[in-house]
Amino acid sequence: MASIDVALNQGTDSRQNREPVVNNFSIQVGTVNGSGSQSANSVLLRTIFQMGVPVSGKNLFPSNIAGLPTWFTIRVSKDGYVARKRDTELLVAMNPETAIDDVKALKPGAAVLYDEPLKLATLRDDLNFFAVPFDKLVAPVAPDPKLKKLLRNMIYVGVLAHLLSLEMTEVEEAISKQFSGKKRATEINVAAARAGYEYAAANLSSSRFKVERMNENAGKIIIDGNSAGALGALFAGVTVVPWYPITPSSSLIEALSDYLKEYRVDADGKASFAVVQAEDELAAIGMVLGASWSGARAMTASSGPGISLMTEFTGLGYYVEIPAVIWDVQRVGPSTGLPTRTAQGDLLSTAFLSHGDTKHPLLLPASCAECFEFGGAAFDIAERLQTPVFVMSDLDIGMNNWVSDPFPYPEKPLDRGKVLSKEELDRLGSFARYKDVDGDGIGYRTLPGTLHPNAAWFARGSGHNEKAQYSERPDDYVNNLDRLDRKWETARTIVPGPVLEHSAPGAKVGVIAFGSSHWAMVETVDQLKEQGIEADYLRVRAYPFNAAVHEFIAAHERVYVVDQNRDGQMLQLIKMDIASEDVVKLRSVRHYNGHPLDARFVTDSILSQEQEQK
Amino acid sequence: MATTPNTPTVKTNRIGLSVIDYRGGKSTLCAGCGHNAISERIIDAFYEMGIEPEHVAKLSGIGCSSKSPAYFMGRAHSFNSVHGRMPAIATGAAVANHKMLYIGVSGDGDTASIGMGQFAHLMRRNLPLIYIIEDNGVYGLTKGQFSATADVGSRLKTGIINELPAIDTCALAIELGATFVARSFSGDKKQLQALLKAAIAHNGTVMLDVISPCVTFNDHEGSTKSYKFMKDHEEPLQDINFVPAFEEIDVEYDEGSGIDISLHDGSRMHLTKLEEDYNPTDRIAALTRLAEARAKDEVLTGLFYLNPGQPSFTDMLNLVDSPLGTLPQETTRPPKSVLEKIMNEYR
Repeated sequence: MASIDVALNQGTDSRQNREPVVNNFSIQVGTVNGSGSQSANSVLLRTIFQMGVPVSGKNLFPSNIAGLPTWFTIRVSKDGYVARKRDTELLVAMNPETAIDDVKALKPGAAVLYDEPLKLATLRDDLNFFAVPFDKLVAPVAPDPKLKKLLRNMIYVGVLAHLLSLEMTEVEEAISKQFSGKKRATEINVAAARAGYEYAAANLSSSRFKVERMNENAGKIIIDGNSAGALGALFAGVTVVPWYPITPSSSLIEALSDYLKEYRVDADGKASFAVVQAEDELAAIGMVLGASWSGARAMTASSGPGISLMTEFTGLGYYVEIPAVIWDVQRVGPSTGLPTRTAQGDLLSTAFLSHGDTKHPLLLPASCAECFEFGGAAFDIAERLQTPVFVMSDLDIGMNNWVSDPFPYPEKPLDRGKVLSKEELDRLGSFARYKDVDGDGIGYRTLPGTLHPNAAWFARGSGHNEKAQYSERPDDYVNNLDRLDRKWETARTIVPGPVLEHSAPGAKVGVIAFGSSHWAMVETVDQLKEQGIEADYLRVRAYPFNAAVHEFIAAHERVYVVDQNRDGQMLQLIKMDIASEDVVKLRSVRHYNGHPLDARFVTDSILSQEQEQK
Repeated sequence: MATTPNTPTVKTNRIGLSVIDYRGGKSTLCAGCGHNAISERIIDAFYEMGIEPEHVAKLSGIGCSSKSPAYFMGRAHSFNSVHGRMPAIATGAAVANHKMLYIGVSGDGDTASIGMGQFAHLMRRNLPLIYIIEDNGVYGLTKGQFSATADVGSRLKTGIINELPAIDTCALAIELGATFVARSFSGDKKQLQALLKAAIAHNGTVMLDVISPCVTFNDHEGSTKSYKFMKDHEEPLQDINFVPAFEEIDVEYDEGSGIDISLHDGSRMHLTKLEEDYNPTDRIAALTRLAEARAKDEVLTGLFYLNPGQPSFTDMLNLVDSPLGTLPQETTRPPKSVLEKIMNEYR
């Protein structure tokens, strides 16, 4: 574990430093968006994956179709760290607009692969430069001049194969996989990669950064969180999917649509699902509520601006008590903000979305595996609690590719909650929609279409009594809100509990993090240990919190809460929930620049606050 | 009563229910409100058509009109949603259970102002739903502000004159894709009843704008949505006779005395021509006639447009026969082999 981001810290006069660095470095590819670099970067990621080495990739892209700078970072880590790494060891400079700044930002000893006409080598003398004449190399391999722009990218993959000692057979397999075995596309791209490789082998020395085969990826998959969430919904039996496009959530619904078309159309061509592109997010959530009221497993996916448009309807869902599953794939800022950048900035606004007294369970997946798991569990929880449930993902999890264990098939039967059938009504005679029969705050409901004269109840946002009848009586209103609060206590016991990810005997310092921050936190725990600080780490997986969160805080002297937002929104939620004497123990780590969280940021923040403590 | 030997026989419909089974709670709207008359017509229409109340779902937004589903068919499920958003609830419900019959009650404020976007998209989808606008030109619950269907020159009790043009919801509905578009008057019992029964027989969006005077805020001299104004100015396009599919035609109409139209479920409408050459299946003619009516300040009522052949939104989704909301896990959760196949694709 001693190798934590030290690759560049081995002396400043690194030009002479030729110490090899194996499986522990970060690559940054700077291109122009719309230039088709995505395929090349995926091939690079997949090649390293196929060589059994832990790897992660992050796409840092602008809100634009073509022409603005975009970066792709790939981290190779023998220790299995997959968070974004702050420093880059190997820069691929393809974008004239950013190349100079990108080079200036490097630490001494880093390597730069660049397009020859950019003439970057004169900028610094403490880096290793590799010039490649892309235009010259691409001409013979591009059968159509239009393909030149795309194939230039596959050439740098070939060059990197030489510089990093990647196995060309794996590069070729990755290309074939990337183009789904399409023969012609595969051939052209393989030719481009080979051209880059052969040029580099003949003209360039190799870099000090090396990928050596390991065996860490057996059986694993590469997937993005949005596809994982879509699969969770598919295997939870989702039936109605109204939605409105918004970055970064659109790909979740698009993946789900594709899966539904493939696996949920019967032999007669009939669909056991409906995907409806709504006119806006107000309509999308309204359709979800209408469908769930009628018994469907309905969901939608959106991001901050869309979630805010769902405000009024979400309150109605809470108060009429209708299940709903809503994904918030979070991005930066109110209004347009930074639509292609990541954040955890919607926690507070979503937890209490709507007016009057409302609060909603939030599920907080940290990984693709949890996007799958919670993507299914959200339906069980929503139907059990008869309330809207939010799955709070973010752009980092949702749109980046992650190496993951394959997802286990959900063996647990679907929990459809308390729904009375005609037969049960025949036996009971009648029912009261909002009566707390079982003491868990959850009433029984019937679905429209239940053929019993006493099945119908009146769904309304107006004040109502236990029988769902209109009422403005103060006691009816208070009884109803108090029962809803009992339901909230039930929610604590059925949402996913926190996970103690790391514990050290006698640790005085605790850290609480959630969602995509987890991957930086895993590394931060090790970095803190290097600095002599043992910290316990609790990963919160849902709101409302259960007793384990309260106990964790009570058991430590200082507890750092890691948020990817300016105002410490998770910290605030925790403060509202814990004993007042524990509030003073809380410290805050806040990251909100739009980039995925890196461990060094968290570690430095905790170290400096610990220093102040002394 | 049970021991009384000569219990008078209660009149029942074809499924053995009496009109009582179609009633709802006691109305809390003002005495004389047009909306109450519309509720009565809805009760009669569903009773006479012999529709099981449990087979019907009632939906509404917010406003006086949207309260009225509480006052008819108490045995039907009902959803009083948020202002202007009934179409979204209706769309979700109809997609989740395409076997039910849906009736949505909205108002002129709920539709033509806050709900305009959802109204437009519901019409565009031809969602199978009877969409009724209880149209009085004012906001009642907030005490009498003009709505967007108020006519230019109409005057409030306070003396304020409306200067903005009225939105013609019928012309809009035809333009946007609704397949059954009509206007009626809460005081025209025969026409409204016939249109409602035909609406029940139709597959697709029925847009029925019913002028329904507000006795408290808009029934005075100077209003163009008052009972008196309507009695003086209503111009029916046709006399409408509706014959449900389960009844034989017992009246022979003379050749050329009107036109006959077959509806989706086999019911028929006989339209006696008041205007010689008006054909309600001609979309462009319908839009032209409505534009003329607007230019001439006529309050045209009747069946403006009908297209019984157009597939509804739920038809277009090509759904399995059982409602999506009732599908069992065996149908909706793919087997383990599917997940294994997908996992392999990601390797």
